[in-house]
Amino acid sequence: MKNFARTLLASLLGAAALAAQAQTLRIGLAEDPDVLDPSLARTFVGRIVFAALCDKLFEVDEKLNIIPQLAEKHEWSADSKALTITLRPGVTFHDGEKLDAAAVKYSLERHKTMPGSNRRGELAPVTSVDIVDPMSVRLNLNAPFSPLLAQLADRAGMIVSPKAAQAAGDKFGTKPVCTGPYKFVERVAQDRIVLERYPDYWNKGQVNFEKIVYTPIPDATVRLANLKSGQLDYIERVASSDVEKLQTDKRFKIARITEIGYQGITINIGKSEKAQQNPLGKDPRVREAFELAIDRQGLAQVVMDNEAVVGNQWVAPTNPFYAKSLPVPKRDVARARALLKEAGVTNPSFTLLTPTTSDAQRLALVVQAMARDAGFDVKIQAAEFATSLNMADKGEFEAYALAWSGRADPDGNLFSFHGCKQPLNYAGYCDPETEKLLAQSRSLRDVAERRKVFEQIAARVLKERPIVYVYHRKWLWAYSAKLTGVREIPDGLLRVQGLKLGS
Amino acid sequence: MAEFLLKRLATIVPTLIFVSMLIFGLQQLLPGDPAKILAGEEQDPTVIAHLREKLHLDEPLPMRYAYWMGGVLRGDLGESIRNQQPVLDLVLQKLPVTIQLATMAMAIALLIGIPAGIASAVGRGTIWDTLANVFALWGISTPNFWLGILLILLFSVQLGWLPASGYVSPFEDLRANLASMIMPAFVLGNAIAGVLMRHTRSAMLQVLSADYVRTARAKGLRERVVVLRHGLRNALVPIITLGALEFGTLLSGAVLTEQVFTIPGFGKLIIDAVFNRDYLVVQGVVLVTATTYVVLNLLADLAYFAVNPRLRN
Repeated sequence: MKNFARTLLASLLGAAALAAQAQTLRIGLAEDPDVLDPSLARTFVGRIVFAALCDKLFEVDEKLNIIPQLAEKHEWSADSKALTITLRPGVTFHDGEKLDAAAVKYSLERHKTMPGSNRRGELAPVTSVDIVDPMSVRLNLNAPFSPLLAQLADRAGMIVSPKAAQAAGDKFGTKPVCTGPYKFVERVAQDRIVLERYPDYWNKGQVNFEKIVYTPIPDATVRLANLKSGQLDYIERVASSDVEKLQTDKRFKIARITEIGYQGITINIGKSEKAQQNPLGKDPRVREAFELAIDRQGLAQVVMDNEAVVGNQWVAPTNPFYAKSLPVPKRDVARARALLKEAGVTNPSFTLLTPTTSDAQRLALVVQAMARDAGFDVKIQAAEFATSLNMADKGEFEAYALAWSGRADPDGNLFSFHGCKQPLNYAGYCDPETEKLLAQSRSLRDVAERRKVFEQIAARVLKERPIVYVYHRKWLWAYSAKLTGVREIPDGLLRVQGLKLGS
Repeated sequence: MAEFLLKRLATIVPTLIFVSMLIFGLQQLLPGDPAKILAGEEQDPTVIAHLREKLHLDEPLPMRYAYWMGGVLRGDLGESIRNQQPVLDLVLQKLPVTIQLATMAMAIALLIGIPAGIASAVGRGTIWDTLANVFALWGISTPNFWLGILLILLFSVQLGWLPASGYVSPFEDLRANLASMIMPAFVLGNAIAGVLMRHTRSAMLQVLSADYVRTARAKGLRERVVVLRHGLRNALVPIITLGALEFGTLLSGAVLTEQVFTIPGFGKLIIDAVFNRDYLVVQGVVLVTATTYVVLNLLADLAYFAVNPRLRN
């Protein structure tokens, strides 16, 4: 016991020493990121680290406008099939190499050709990259592609040091070299990722911390405990049930940002023969009845403690591309029952597949109870995420509660889900008219014109209901009240430029 | 003794080969396609195809086992597909953390469990016996993650004495290291102390009622000598077996405790790897753990000889 007491005392002193590291920004992540190579990276948390490590050609702001970052200006050709980008002068990589047109060409080609690259699909319409002069490049497209700027404002627009990338080969992700405000120092898997200020950053006036340490802490309660005990300055994804109590604590601030993604229920309407074997997949009227049985506000309240915005489309009602002519339907059990009667099915039964996360499981339970009022018999099947994804892909499901993290351009929430045979089209939706409209939406650059086409797509898709969109979650961040300069950008990624720790 | 050792060593090799096949085979039973889960949100078909090829997923099972074993025999456990780090590096990175945590937890368990067991056996029926039994029951029945979170809330959030989680290498800062390890070690040790106490108690009760103990008392030996030298030493054999087993379990990673305290040991490594279908990491870690387990059992057998002279013949 004496030993124990002595150790306790020693650790007390240790804790005091910890408090003295003011020049370090300590961030708590909900997961351990995957490989830190912009071409190969595939996780949301990885993008949080990239926000400090790798600058992009373009950036998105609070209103999802696309603004220049490494690009200084850009210009589309008259036929929208070529994009010329002029680069910001005086930018260097963390290894001291200069950012120029050759480096941009190298990076974009690496994204397109590296085996296993996740950026290949995002840059698919780009056929070649020309060096116009030492500081400008031209991206040639096989067809007009309006989401391109948004792609270049994410990982596909991250430029890596050609010298470092060539030297490291496919191991680049273990020691990434980019142009961001912080450079890579070390990574201990499941423990920490350490970055340190890059002194020659092009916008160094906005960089105030010497170091950033990212710590993955999967448990939301423990993540919050770390923030409360002062070991972290910022945590992402606070549990919605903790928000109310945290709000009354003056030592902390909360950011709630409506996500660009959504929570939906994907319905198998044509992915496999299973679609025709149950009334939900077979008859659009049954799907309409199912949607009418759901009280979205009630769902958001019970599942997300109201930390979500209800919606019925792939973008939130606040998004400029939301089709206002198709508002969120109100719950109408009588109409739902009438529709079921019209369809000639009494007590339709189907299985709702959900991942094992607590949010998804709560969602399933509430949906089950709500749908019962209209006469539905919903069975719930919970499967661990990898398993559920596999089942969805094989069409071994009737309905699947699936969330999407979202992309800045609506195309990223739409095309891969509703285009025939697209990889994320688990519903098996395929409509030639929608297909034409999707292609058209990609060819238009004018916002008003795009909005018009999106509205036509929404009208078609929402009638068929391959996905019943229910709400858009809020990114809940909690951080020390001393931390200033936190920018609430809807992609849910913390920008480190401008962050400061006051006294 | 030498013959015994040789026999035991000879059984280790087939055991490990069997274990490696088992690890490999069981892994294949996991539902879900690893290439799909590794491909991330986008599910790009070309990425999935590339991953399938890289992981040899299209080849027959025996071939894949051969690829893996070939690497293992050359000391190459492969590479994590998720973060590109070599599996051997990951294992070597986590092993010291897990060993330290297991050792500290075991020390706490022994320091609490054995004295409590002796006290409760010697003072059978007294208040000490009841207290020790209550303690053992508490230790066995308290869920680790719950106790862990409560300790964090008390010592880190309320009192601010200890860091809530995180790990510091002892070579970097010993104090900070102990500060970060004491709570998880206590949580783990507490649970094992309960088990150890129960076993020590029953072993001691049996030994203390033996004839030679009565003889020892009749010789007029002091009670301390009777209990500790004649009693405990004979009672230790089952306790060593149990201790080695528990220690082996600790080395395979205390999944929940490591998760709660964010200690980057085997437990966290393996659970993340299973969910991400990072096959080579799972296989590598389990193989190392199994080897350690087998070796620990051998050491436990050797320890019997040390404490029980009758076994030496």
